[in-house]
Amino acid sequence: MLIPSVLAEAGPSLDLISDLRQLTTYPFMVNALAAGSIVALMAGVVGWFMVLRRQSFAGHTLSVMAFPGATGALLVGLSAPTGYFFFCGTAALLIGGAEGPDRRRNPAQASAVTGTVQAFGLACGFLFLSLYQGVLANYETLLFGTFLGITHEQVLTLAIVAAVTLACLAIAGRPLLFASVDEGVARAHGVPTRALAMGFLLLLGLAVAATAQITGALLVFALLVAPAATAQLITPRIGLSLVLTVAIGISITWVGLGLAYFYNYPVGFYITSVAFVVYVVVRVGRSAVDSPTLLHRRAQAAHAGA
Amino acid sequence: MFAHEFIRNAFLAGTLIALACGLVGYFVVLRAQVFAGDALSHVAFTGALAAAAAGIDPRIGLFVATIAIALVLGAIGERAGADDVTIGIIFAWILGLGVFFLALISTGSGGGNGLIGARTLFGSIFGLSATDARLAAVIAAAIAAAMLTVARPLLFASVDPDVAGVRGVPVRLLGVAFLVLVGATAAEATQAVGALLLLGLLAAPAGAAHRLTANPYLALALSGALAILAMWLGLTISYLIPTLPPSTAVIAIATATYALAFLFTAPRSIAPPRLLSVISRTPARELD
Repeated sequence: MLIPSVLAEAGPSLDLISDLRQLTTYPFMVNALAAGSIVALMAGVVGWFMVLRRQSFAGHTLSVMAFPGATGALLVGLSAPTGYFFFCGTAALLIGGAEGPDRRRNPAQASAVTGTVQAFGLACGFLFLSLYQGVLANYETLLFGTFLGITHEQVLTLAIVAAVTLACLAIAGRPLLFASVDEGVARAHGVPTRALAMGFLLLLGLAVAATAQITGALLVFALLVAPAATAQLITPRIGLSLVLTVAIGISITWVGLGLAYFYNYPVGFYITSVAFVVYVVVRVGRSAVDSPTLLHRRAQAAHAGA
Repeated sequence: MFAHEFIRNAFLAGTLIALACGLVGYFVVLRAQVFAGDALSHVAFTGALAAAAAGIDPRIGLFVATIAIALVLGAIGERAGADDVTIGIIFAWILGLGVFFLALISTGSGGGNGLIGARTLFGSIFGLSATDARLAAVIAAAIAAAMLTVARPLLFASVDPDVAGVRGVPVRLLGVAFLVLVGATAAEATQAVGALLLLGLLAAPAGAAHRLTANPYLALALSGALAILAMWLGLTISYLIPTLPPSTAVIAIATATYALAFLFTAPRSIAPPRLLSVISRTPARELD
């Protein structure tokens, strides 16, 4: 989606206060910023576990289930969210069910199952689209979101979904963390790892289904993976890295929305680009910190030579 | 059925693309890199859009973009394996870039032709011209041949990289070369038959073959054969039922094959000693 640049009276003045005031002049921007912040918060926390569990592929697969969900709902005359929840939920159950008790022992199978579920889901979407034979007016909206047209009610709905998702994670967080870090040891300690794995995928599906119609399936994926991956590079401390994830997610969303407001290109492009740049900077910085300094290496070489 | 030219074209290109996807897919699944394949097919889309926006032939954009990103993924991943998170980050950005080029084309002056060019690029398998089909078949055959050439060392490097490295197999180089092959397959299949068919044909036949046999060479052959079978059956069914899109029919057959294999076989661990002994031609007990 494009925010019409005519609305921005002038370009950014580089005066943060006046820029912020200009950003919040229009109700649609206030709603967009509110919705973006809620999605960034929820996607950040869910994504933190997703990144820890190395399940980005499953996350991406669940986010594209918005396509068969929307087209299927259109075909049978149900509301789009019903279709989203049905397809995301079914895909989560299939991926979780087929992955088996210990996903990491058989990554090949997990990879093949996830890919097949995604291909089949998309194939269903194409079938629904060809059966419907009408024009799917918001085909691009489906993938890239409608930040522009977010209503106050949608912001409220998002807030409720985020509260439910975060409450579930607050309850299951500790055992889920244990199971994500070391599945075998967790199981030996009586943690129901299988149920947790299934529950987490369902929660991921729920979060994605609820947000995809507003922010677009592709943007949800970016907000799931990028802030968490960046934060986990910065610190191994759990609490700090969760806080950083949310802070990075909300910052890149605001910067992206601000850029899209002042410069007339899609908000999805800005948010993903800012997220990518932040990740690359942190990753390069991290490897510079981790790698032994030149002096260090010379000393080692001298030692080996002697 | 074969009286129609578009059916002959679809079968010609479809058969060889399915073979290439089945063979490449066996290794993609063995190395747990389906996500990389998925990402590269979207890179193809963004590359074509970028080329269209710049006013050059989208086909060049396709191949340049997929091969470049394959090299990047291979260079930064551990052991050229490209981990889940790295792919996810690059994937998200590539999607964002795709949206950008799409906006650039649709708002830019005189970009209308470019957009049409980019759209038709991802046409249906039933829409291939005779020239397109022949070209697609030749490229797919070349990919399949390249895959068979590196099959043996790549198997070794995939199943036990440490032992393979000690025995002088260039593990890292093979990993990067393989990702480039996946990139070329993605570029080729995406423009000829669509990204959807590519993903399905990479994952499902190979997934089934991995469940059905522990012998790697048999599984490789089976993966190629199942992909071709899904293509033939899917195209035929789609011809008989015109409302069913060919890609949906092919994916449905491939998925059904995998589902049946999944339900009626026991899971196999990924590197049984037998597998290693077949590859390295040493008795299994020596490897233990």
